[in-house]
Amino acid sequence: MHKVMIPIGPQHPALKEPESFLVALKGEKITDFVVRLGYNHRGIEKACEERTYIQDIYLTERICGICSHSHSTAFVQAVEEIAAVQVPKRGLYIRTLVAELERVHSHLLWLGVAGHEIGFDTLLMYSWRDREIVMDLLATITGNRVNYGLNTIGGVRRDISPEQVKEILKGDDKLEERTKYYIDIATKETTVIKRLSGVGVLSREDALKLGAVGPTARASGIDRDTRRDNPYAAYSELDFKVVTDNHNDVYGRTLVRLGELMESYKMIRQILKNLPEGPIAVKVPRKIPVGEAVSLYEAPRGEDIHYVKSNGTEKPERVKVRAPTLANVQCVAKMLEDRQLADLPIVIAAIDPCFSCTDRLVGIKEKGCRKKVLKWEQLREFSIHWYRHHGVDFSKLNSKLETKKW
Amino acid sequence: MVDILKILVFPGFLFLTVFGLAVEYFDRKLHARLQNRIGPPWFQPLADFIKLAAKEDVIPEDANPRMFKMMPVFALTSTVTAFFYIPLWQQGGMFSFTGDLVVVLYLLTIPTLSFFLGGWYSTSLYSKIGAVRSITQLFAYEVPLFISILSPALLADSWSLKEIAIFYTAHPWYWMFNLLGFFVSLVALLGKLEKVPFDIAEAETEIVAGTFTEYSGRLLALFKLGIDIETIVGASLLAAVFLPFGLTLGPALGFMLYIIKVLFIVALLTLARTVLARLRIDQMMELCWRYIAPMAFVQLLASLVLKGVILR
Repeated sequence: MHKVMIPIGPQHPALKEPESFLVALKGEKITDFVVRLGYNHRGIEKACEERTYIQDIYLTERICGICSHSHSTAFVQAVEEIAAVQVPKRGLYIRTLVAELERVHSHLLWLGVAGHEIGFDTLLMYSWRDREIVMDLLATITGNRVNYGLNTIGGVRRDISPEQVKEILKGDDKLEERTKYYIDIATKETTVIKRLSGVGVLSREDALKLGAVGPTARASGIDRDTRRDNPYAAYSELDFKVVTDNHNDVYGRTLVRLGELMESYKMIRQILKNLPEGPIAVKVPRKIPVGEAVSLYEAPRGEDIHYVKSNGTEKPERVKVRAPTLANVQCVAKMLEDRQLADLPIVIAAIDPCFSCTDRLVGIKEKGCRKKVLKWEQLREFSIHWYRHHGVDFSKLNSKLETKKW
Repeated sequence: MVDILKILVFPGFLFLTVFGLAVEYFDRKLHARLQNRIGPPWFQPLADFIKLAAKEDVIPEDANPRMFKMMPVFALTSTVTAFFYIPLWQQGGMFSFTGDLVVVLYLLTIPTLSFFLGGWYSTSLYSKIGAVRSITQLFAYEVPLFISILSPALLADSWSLKEIAIFYTAHPWYWMFNLLGFFVSLVALLGKLEKVPFDIAEAETEIVAGTFTEYSGRLLALFKLGIDIETIVGASLLAAVFLPFGLTLGPALGFMLYIIKVLFIVALLTLARTVLARLRIDQMMELCWRYIAPMAFVQLLASLVLKGVILR
């Protein structure tokens, strides 16, 4: 076959979110690979500046559907640092507990997606069934399966009861048993190993150069984990090891994630055993003093960075989010060098991408190029003219809408 | 007149359609249960068929409409035709002549070719890649399939399915010699039916639906029905060649046994697609030529030795 360009996305069964990958193929071989981000831009950073800190917690929680706790914790930590608030121990422990439960649910979800991408749907069905256990646990602790609404500035909003502790421990044991089974599958099932090992190779040097984070970096032998290197919440008091692997490929990433699951179960047990008594939150004034802070957080997908700058009012001056996918997505092109089309879905999935967290808008001002800033009214005027020019007239509809009192 | 009824109703087209949909249900339900899902209700395949048949056919602008429309019909008719020569519960199929085994194998190749042409003529990139993949796959599994199916025939000293059936009825335990060939042809049948681990030509996460990306409505329904019938015909052929026992039990018992044989083979295929992941096309080529084809040759050699030396 001659050279063809095939579009993977923005709408494609392999992708769970709209994102465009343009792949040049020669036969089955990938010769060129272009990523185009930007289908999911929601302007959350800007929206944060328009809202109070309390409202922003809920907004940052919605940056990502899967690691929602990660983003809200990272944001809250930054604000707490600016306000110099000491969060009570129990609050920190509960935050850590939910963080680890979230990691468990995210990694189990990833395992299923990875299974689906290599055509192994049975793994998807099994791991997602077991993921329900941790989803139920999260629902009993926080009241929600996702977007927990647990964090607040100065602590957490819900305490956990001794009965819940028992329930979590029970679920934890069950999940550990199931994860051992998945480790067994991943390391013994021939077709799975064939599809995973040697695929999407990212050497240690390349991973460092491209700034990979999280499991993607750790599977390339980079021993780096924010939970240990810059401990936040209760991680400094927990005993865990950072799982790394030297396979450098998708197989290694699978092993790292499964290993991290086992570590998470261990950590959950430690947290519940050492859960300190006392209050879960302290009261923080609505107005945060002038200052700025950077908060690091090890999300399931890698290091998540939030930067918050305050100006002494109840609204932040600037919020900046660097989601882990942004750091990892650069590596995909490297991983796909000289690979086949069949490897593309699993290689993209192996960085556990979350595109909607990643999309940002950057306006580049070139010299000599004048950019106009339109006010809302002008924009509306412009769009009406544009449609009229193209033969669509909404004026009747508009007049109907205007006469209707809202 | 009786022949026409046989072709159109029983055990011909109508029976094949009903049985094909039933076997699709069996496959899907078993697959779902093995995956810890509930699975579809019994009428789901029929409902899918009716729904698809009621939808509009969309033909891509650049596609060649005649080829595009013809290919599903080709796939369906060739599999149905192949069915007439296979012995089901008697010694011998509806029609029989010397060399019908080769004709059946030939007719079973046509669906793959029609997938290729259908995909190629629909001009979508995904379809084209799927089409090329399905024809590449053909080269991987076809040779092992032919060799493994010809070795029992060699043992029976005939290219006619009817005579093979008569031979194995006379020597009831000889089918045991062909178990390796049975395994090889099961693997090849997985490739022919484009099921996991060989569903490379319609790998959802890579090329959407491969060959069938542009197909919709009635044409897709015909393709799906063609694949269902191909499943039955393939399983029946394997049953006739590799499990040729109980062919003298009479119509009622024989029919039951035939159904059980087909379901057994389909269950094996379902099991394979449940526990395995999809291979890449190069891995499939390697697997088929490095392991499966030599196995088929071993089977052929074993048949030759058995026939020439031991069973003289």
